[in-house]
Amino acid sequence: MSAISLTVNGRAHRVDVDPATPLLYVLSDDLALRGPKFGCGLGQCGACTVIVRGRAIRSCVTPVSTMAGADVTTLEGLGTPEKPHPIQKAFIDEQAAQCGFCLNGVILTAKAFLDANPKAGDAEIQQALSGVLCRCFTHTRMLKAIQQYARERNL
Amino acid sequence: MTGHALDALARLGFSRRDFLKSSGVLIVSFAAADVAAAVGSVQGRGQAPGQFGTRASHVDPAQLDSWIAIAADGTVTAYTGKCEFGQGILTAQTQLIAEELSVPIDRVKMIMCDTDVCPDQGTTSGSQSTPTNFNERNLAQAGATARHALLGLAAERLVVPVDQLAVADGVVTATSDRSKRVTYGDLVAGKKLHVKMDPASPRKTPGDWTVLGKPVPRLDMTAMATGVFEFVHNVRVPGMLHGAVVRPPDVGATLVSVDESSVRGMPGVVKVVVKKNFVGVVADKPWQAMQAAAKLNATWTPGVGLPNQRDFYDYLRKQPARDAYVVKAAGVDETLAKAATVVKATYFHPYQMHGSMGASCAVADVQGDKATIWSPTQSAYPTRSGAAMVLGIPVDNIRVVYVRGSGCYGINGADTVSYDAALLSQAVGKPVKVQLSRKDEMAWENYGFAYVIDERAGLDATGGIVAWDHEAWFPSRGGRPGYNQPGNIVTGVLTGFEPAPFAPRSAAEPAGQFNNGSNAAPSYVAGRVGGRAGGAGTITSERALTHTIASPFFTGPLRSPSRLQNTFAHECFMDEVAARVKVDPVAYRLRHLSDPRLKEILSAAAKAAHWDARPSPKPNISRTGIAVGRGIACVLYEGDNGYVAMVADVEVDQATGKVTARRFVVAQDCGPISNPDGMRNQIEGGALQGLSRALGEEVTWDDRKVTSVDWRTYHSLPLGFAVPAIESVLINRSDGEAMGAGETAITIVAAAVGNAIFDATGARIREVPFTPERIKAGLAARRL
Repeated sequence: MSAISLTVNGRAHRVDVDPATPLLYVLSDDLALRGPKFGCGLGQCGACTVIVRGRAIRSCVTPVSTMAGADVTTLEGLGTPEKPHPIQKAFIDEQAAQCGFCLNGVILTAKAFLDANPKAGDAEIQQALSGVLCRCFTHTRMLKAIQQYARERNL
Repeated sequence: MTGHALDALARLGFSRRDFLKSSGVLIVSFAAADVAAAVGSVQGRGQAPGQFGTRASHVDPAQLDSWIAIAADGTVTAYTGKCEFGQGILTAQTQLIAEELSVPIDRVKMIMCDTDVCPDQGTTSGSQSTPTNFNERNLAQAGATARHALLGLAAERLVVPVDQLAVADGVVTATSDRSKRVTYGDLVAGKKLHVKMDPASPRKTPGDWTVLGKPVPRLDMTAMATGVFEFVHNVRVPGMLHGAVVRPPDVGATLVSVDESSVRGMPGVVKVVVKKNFVGVVADKPWQAMQAAAKLNATWTPGVGLPNQRDFYDYLRKQPARDAYVVKAAGVDETLAKAATVVKATYFHPYQMHGSMGASCAVADVQGDKATIWSPTQSAYPTRSGAAMVLGIPVDNIRVVYVRGSGCYGINGADTVSYDAALLSQAVGKPVKVQLSRKDEMAWENYGFAYVIDERAGLDATGGIVAWDHEAWFPSRGGRPGYNQPGNIVTGVLTGFEPAPFAPRSAAEPAGQFNNGSNAAPSYVAGRVGGRAGGAGTITSERALTHTIASPFFTGPLRSPSRLQNTFAHECFMDEVAARVKVDPVAYRLRHLSDPRLKEILSAAAKAAHWDARPSPKPNISRTGIAVGRGIACVLYEGDNGYVAMVADVEVDQATGKVTARRFVVAQDCGPISNPDGMRNQIEGGALQGLSRALGEEVTWDDRKVTSVDWRTYHSLPLGFAVPAIESVLINRSDGEAMGAGETAITIVAAAVGNAIFDATGARIREVPFTPERIKAGLAARRL
């Protein structure tokens, strides 16, 4: 066990855990966050995605020790139910979910990509999502929502 | 509630709080007589099944109180036995209650599948929630009964006849004098409504709907999108520990020994739990539990060995089988013998998995002989019964609280992880959350059935079908546990229970009436059983025979179970026959259909897609380059539960064998539509999930174990694939019975895509999934 400090959604935390613990477990168990989810534990599906230094990373395969001092953003760190972030609002507008379990990975992966590549076209957006799964196959609506967000953020 | 009643309930493990959620809630209240009856029925559980195939429950579905409660502040709480797991039924059921009671949606709270307070409606499955709760029974009837009862109370209170009262926003007003008004909250305050469900209470008619039938946004959408929605993975109970399971390495392997010293001293490890072949670890933290489970040294016997996957379809034909006829006309063989032409083909469909996005999770708190299980099961009451058997405690002492998990599509690991959590909690006497690993989930879930299907049709001199003969083989083991079969899923078997027994037997003559619940008979047959034709088609020389084989793997109802596999064969075969006689596939289907709604939906899809009427394959196919084609398929789902037709436009890269769907046009008629946007969402998801299953999904195994255990080895189309445009055509038949809309579209995707591949290339691919290798083999073998 060792004490590790990290900032999550703007709040500083200090946790005392096995440094090999994947970040996901710290977020969902120690910090009781609901955004990042355990999908596969293998970095294959995207459900555990968080944004660190502007990049979408897979928290289920990221040891928390590598996150010391890092600033982590999770889905609940983007916006709130009362004031959703524009990309969250786009998903709400498009009713782009079924079970909702994958939303975390889809939204954060798309946001990080568009923040870094604001002029990306639909094909590039889809390429960026090539490692993200939705098993309810709400793809059509999700892609529409992401495209809506991409348009709006460039206005 | 009387003291006697409370005592009786307390003995069953219920608290007063469970029933009197807050002061002022009136309707959830039990007279002493009701409780006595409930105790009696609880004690007598295990008797004849109830109206949903359920057991007698302490929550009496004949009482309005069991379904609806109105608080003094006018808020409405509805209790349903049909749960939301992504299909939109939370919102749709809320719309139903808001509509029938004339209250705003935000004044309705829906409690889903909590066995302490909700009626037992069995399992949420089979596209049956809408038929069950939106026609003239159950939740719909409760809404109507409550409205009727409240109007009666208002009439007394206001001294105005019921027919001169109007309701809006939960306020009853005299139409002649609008100053005479009373709220629902005021009407029920201080009173007890003991009302029986009344089938005579009038439902609102669709013409009067203001909430139902509208595209109301999903009530859970904002919480999901902003990351605050509580999934079962987020449930936290004070003092909760974390568990992980250790499954056998091979199918059928049994435990020889466990070396507990292999994890001794690992941080946080609380206990290694062994019960027969069930092995698990409990630790303080989830990562510790996962680590310990990975490290635990357990010795197992070799497994039972698995049949070779390469020859599996041939293997199926040679096994002892349980046979059944869905329809069997006299003289089918004679008609086929006399036919001008006989067309035959065989179709193959692999085992596929639910492959839920999240590996399953549950939380259980077992204290002595009482238990609470927070479970993502689609079967709250049956899971309660199964858990009672696995734990060895009285069923009446268990409360199952439904908490949503990852989308399921049938039966994923939700039920089995509920047993896992309960067993581990029982072993340590503390609440335990269990998170399955990806491999735990994928290697041991109840797969969708593999199928091999022979189709045979006899044609007359005009090219019409005069006989249709269908014969199918599929492997089955276990399934939903129901109320008394925990051995139908892996944890049940590991703890010593058996799956439902498999006994080969020959087929009896079909009796009663035509039942095409698995779509074993194609839509084109008359379905003559017991002197009546229940099918959707015209062919009277008809036979559908199924052979159920013992499966080496657990199987279960994967979205559109058997219906999808059978329809893949039927609808591809119909296309093959139409091609043989060189007739347009839409016209040829219409020629053999009698059901006007199926004809209409088929025509609607063709029209919306600007269907180019001509035979398939298309003329002048080039053997190289990108080939483009269109295919169609249709079905009356389950023989009576939803009409759907789809046109698929695809491209086939003839060099690589890669298939890309460009457009799906889906037409659907499921009676009155509760929420058109929800229905579109289901169509879109079903269409693309069907495409993923058609193009890539296949369970694989070696001689001992399943080898498709993650997303590298089981191929699901990601967000990044080239998603086809989807156009939905909804036919809203507001005067009809409500039908299921969750499994319609997916049922016909593989057939529509397969038919489009044939149209584009002249190659008929008869085995799912349509991998590039299979496409290339089909292209090489085609005759143009």
